[in-house]
Amino acid sequence: MSALGHGALYGAVLIAVMLSTVAVGIWFERKFAGRMQSRLGPTIVGPMGLLQPLADVVKLLQKEDIIPAGADRALFNLAPILATIFSLGVAAVLPLSPRMIAADLDIGVVYMLAIGGLMVVPTFMAGWASNNKFALLGGMRAVAQSISYGVPLVLAVLVPVILSGSLSLAGIVRWQSEHHWFALWPVIPGLPAFALYFMAMLAEANRIPFDIPEAESELVAGVTTEYTGAKFTLFYLAEYVHTLVGSAIGAALFFGGWDGPFAPGLHWMVAKTLALFVVVYWVRWTLLRLRSDQLMELCWKWLTPIGVALVLFAAAWVQFAPQGAL
Amino acid sequence: MQSAWLSALAFLVVSTLLGLGVLGAAKALRVRARKDSRIKHLTYECGEQPDGLAWMQFHARYYVVALFFVLFDVEAVFLFPWAVVLRELGAQAFIAAVSFVVVLMLGWLYALRKEALQWQ
Repeated sequence: MSALGHGALYGAVLIAVMLSTVAVGIWFERKFAGRMQSRLGPTIVGPMGLLQPLADVVKLLQKEDIIPAGADRALFNLAPILATIFSLGVAAVLPLSPRMIAADLDIGVVYMLAIGGLMVVPTFMAGWASNNKFALLGGMRAVAQSISYGVPLVLAVLVPVILSGSLSLAGIVRWQSEHHWFALWPVIPGLPAFALYFMAMLAEANRIPFDIPEAESELVAGVTTEYTGAKFTLFYLAEYVHTLVGSAIGAALFFGGWDGPFAPGLHWMVAKTLALFVVVYWVRWTLLRLRSDQLMELCWKWLTPIGVALVLFAAAWVQFAPQGAL
Repeated sequence: MQSAWLSALAFLVVSTLLGLGVLGAAKALRVRARKDSRIKHLTYECGEQPDGLAWMQFHARYYVVALFFVLFDVEAVFLFPWAVVLRELGAQAFIAAVSFVVVLMLGWLYALRKEALQWQ
């Protein structure tokens, strides 16, 4: 099969799977949140409210499309499409099993960081183009956030790269399946690097405790204040897809991806991804939101030096650890 | 490896088609107002009439941190190729990178002492 056909086919299938996962994920999150707050969550649409996400999508697509009079129309329309491309695009390098990868780039890690990092552009674009003060504040906060979590994210991802000596996600997973999962061994820097990655991933996907650009209790709906119907749907979708893909990448980088006994590789990869995805929900309904400057101080005064120390430790491990302990 | 890049490109094209498809579907499905009203197109400001444009100058309060971000991002660009070949190059590469990072972290320490990492 030609490379273009391969990418397009995997893209179509993977995107369809991710969208269905997100739909069920939204239902699951609402049920989960309900139980955590001693209520039932959705119950009416379908058995146990399972069809609720479907009803939501139909409702959202039928909504009137309103563009504010003073908005920058071109940027306002472009932002949701860019958000969709960048959030889904990261999944191209996701290794689902030893043979199932849409695009096995030899610098997949760099591609993942680059496309994921671009997410701040549509977010700020939406905030700026809306010509709404809440949206603009949300956009400025998104920029503040991206210059905070960016460095810890890169440093955390460098740790598995150093330990495995590969920039390809599939290569990193292969190394782990031949040796050991990085979250388990070496305990330092593996486990703290995962914690660092997880925090930065939450910040990149704008999830609580880092949903500062959205902050519905302060900024109405942040950057999406002026968005209605389908364009709002795309932003909402992008946020969930970003979280899902971030969980999958975390599973691949630190928990051995497809590696596991008995079941086929794909099952393990999906199970690990969903486990991390649930942790994101759990965190969301447990913690409070940080302030913008608190996030910046946390990232620059604590996470960055910790990340640098972890990278140096990983390098020292590769250099000086006894051969058997690799 | 070039073929992998083509696959990635095709993947991005499919993502774009999804975004456009959702907007297209909404265009076919969405309701349209029979009568337009001016107020509906105002930006939301808690029910008040919006007071002027949102496009004004205000203090970003973190531009020094943004400068540091650029520095550290460039550092990361240098570290990525180093990380891949570290095992082969051995102790020499390790010492070189350690001294590079230590110098950079001295700068970080200076910024910390000067309180440049605070909001202005």
